[in-house]
Amino acid sequence: MTTNAPALWILAPFGFGVLLLFIRNARAVSLLGGTLALLLALTAQFIPIETALRFGELSVKIDSSISILGRVLLISPAEGSLLALIYAGSSLWFFGSLAAERSTRVVPIGLMITALMVAALAVQPFLYAALFIEMAILISIPMLSSLYTTPGKGIVRFLIYQTLAMPFILLAGWLLAGVEASPGDLALAAQSASVLGLGFAFLLAIFPLYNWIPMLMEESPPFTVGFLLWILPTITIIFGAGFLDRYSWIRSSPQLISALQSAGLLMVTTGGLWAAFQRHFGRIMAYASVAETGFSILALSVDSRLGIPILFLLIPARALTLALWSLALTIIKENAETLRFSSARGMLRNTPFAATGIILATLSTGAFPLLASFPPRLALWENISRASSTSAIWMGIGIAGFLVSAVRSLAVLAMADEFASWKPRENLPQMIMLGLGMIGLFILGLFPQTAQIFLAQLPLMFEHLGR
Amino acid sequence: MNILVWVAVIIVLITSVGLLIARDWRIGIIFLAAQYLAMFILLLPHLPLGMASVKVVTGWMSSAILGMTRSDLREDDTEENLWPRGRLFSLFAAGMVVLIVAGATPAVNNIMADAGMAVTAGGLLLVGSGLLHLGITSQILRVTQGLLTVIAGFEIIYSSVESSALVVALLVTINLGLALVGSYLMLASQHREPETP
Repeated sequence: MTTNAPALWILAPFGFGVLLLFIRNARAVSLLGGTLALLLALTAQFIPIETALRFGELSVKIDSSISILGRVLLISPAEGSLLALIYAGSSLWFFGSLAAERSTRVVPIGLMITALMVAALAVQPFLYAALFIEMAILISIPMLSSLYTTPGKGIVRFLIYQTLAMPFILLAGWLLAGVEASPGDLALAAQSASVLGLGFAFLLAIFPLYNWIPMLMEESPPFTVGFLLWILPTITIIFGAGFLDRYSWIRSSPQLISALQSAGLLMVTTGGLWAAFQRHFGRIMAYASVAETGFSILALSVDSRLGIPILFLLIPARALTLALWSLALTIIKENAETLRFSSARGMLRNTPFAATGIILATLSTGAFPLLASFPPRLALWENISRASSTSAIWMGIGIAGFLVSAVRSLAVLAMADEFASWKPRENLPQMIMLGLGMIGLFILGLFPQTAQIFLAQLPLMFEHLGR
Repeated sequence: MNILVWVAVIIVLITSVGLLIARDWRIGIIFLAAQYLAMFILLLPHLPLGMASVKVVTGWMSSAILGMTRSDLREDDTEENLWPRGRLFSLFAAGMVVLIVAGATPAVNNIMADAGMAVTAGGLLLVGSGLLHLGITSQILRVTQGLLTVIAGFEIIYSSVESSALVVALLVTINLGLALVGSYLMLASQHREPETP
């Protein structure tokens, strides 16, 4: 029996996502979607592509490619672990959606978005990825805004900025091909690098194009935005790393390294500083996501033999932190109406798990020891400080911003009236999901090697980076 | 063909400026549909007739989707939300775009494998006017029109270097998707919380 990888990890989940749109039972949608994502992750991790496996009389082989309209969707054997990571992260959100009570929106559309993002990584030529990412953006709009709520400015800016990225990336791909053909043309190289930079600046919401993220966190359900803030930048960063891997002149350009480092530091520092002064829990998470992207960009700027493993180590930490954070915010929003400090004051007594989840997620973003983001941040900080101590100080300022933000959040959440009693309002699934998320943060922080089952093979997907 | 292509550029100029200054949404939709006709002519030097036709039909479908949705909405809620509101300002800004496009066309034409001056000018005009549109409005119908205009301009320029069926299919899907998303957001923006007695 022969099947092929794109059909299994792109077409099947996309089709399943469409089918789930017709199911109204939130629990069934969450369990079906989460289970499918988990199965896809396990299959990707443990069943090799392009290798025949024998089960008694039955022989199974997964082909790596499928041809569509003259082009190819190709999932190479080395990308199995990446697929496992992506679908495992998605399953985290899909199971969590049950506790967040957002299953009927997040799971079907989330599955379709995940499939499209995998297609973005699989399509050949690889620069067509921009088209699949744009389709994922368009599909995400109904997830962010219902027909019964007036859309705010954040969603419109999100749509504009992400859509503008697509032409820049496609044009850059064409220009880069020209540079490959005539490597001595410095003007063309500069033009293509600028166009490519603009495209990624829009796509990754690089400073100052990230103003839609805090707006969106205020306007839309935190759990939904959290999912997008995880999957979109994660896949886009890997797509961007693909550019570095393919074009040696970009990879070896000192100007690019310097630009990546400056952009990453700007995002980490401004993200941390702005987070420290916010009075809205959603906006703090928004700036944390900005900083997370900054850390990933910084990882691309250091020596790729160290930077690429750090980049991949950041992915599970980001997934777990944002999943826990967005679920906790959803629960607090249910109980406090808004996520402003003034409304959520003293919520530790009503939603102890959610409040603890927010504090731990903020601390994790701030590289607090024992938590998930600490190992990759520490490794990154060490590498950055070797190159420039000034850069390390700026990174430290960003991290300190999140620690200040965590202390302020703790103060607000704990600041109940003097005789207010403890009245936990979280239900059992919410407590279980939050509890598991918090345990996960500690496991990743204390034993980062547990993630190596997914991460060890990942650098093999690049031909040059990380070698 | 050469004259026809330059006529298309003039149509693009008229429609893109018209989109900027039109206050009535019906006229805006008509300009958008006419813009796709001009786009069709500008695509013909580089794309087969079939592919160019697919794009123009998709553009008209997008215009129809937006028009049909808008026609169902209340008039009072969709007042013009342009800033600054003056037509003179819009004309001045459009003039700036035309000047910039005139200056940039030879260089871009050179980069884009000699796509043709008219094709490059038409594409750049659409991109420039679409960006201008996005910069001065936050009304959802106009934002959608602006994005569709930018993508139409990009498609014209990109067609000179890429004519893959997959890219055409995906861009067509994106155009339709944008129109549907615009309609969805327009419908959502009409929603009002029920008044409490």
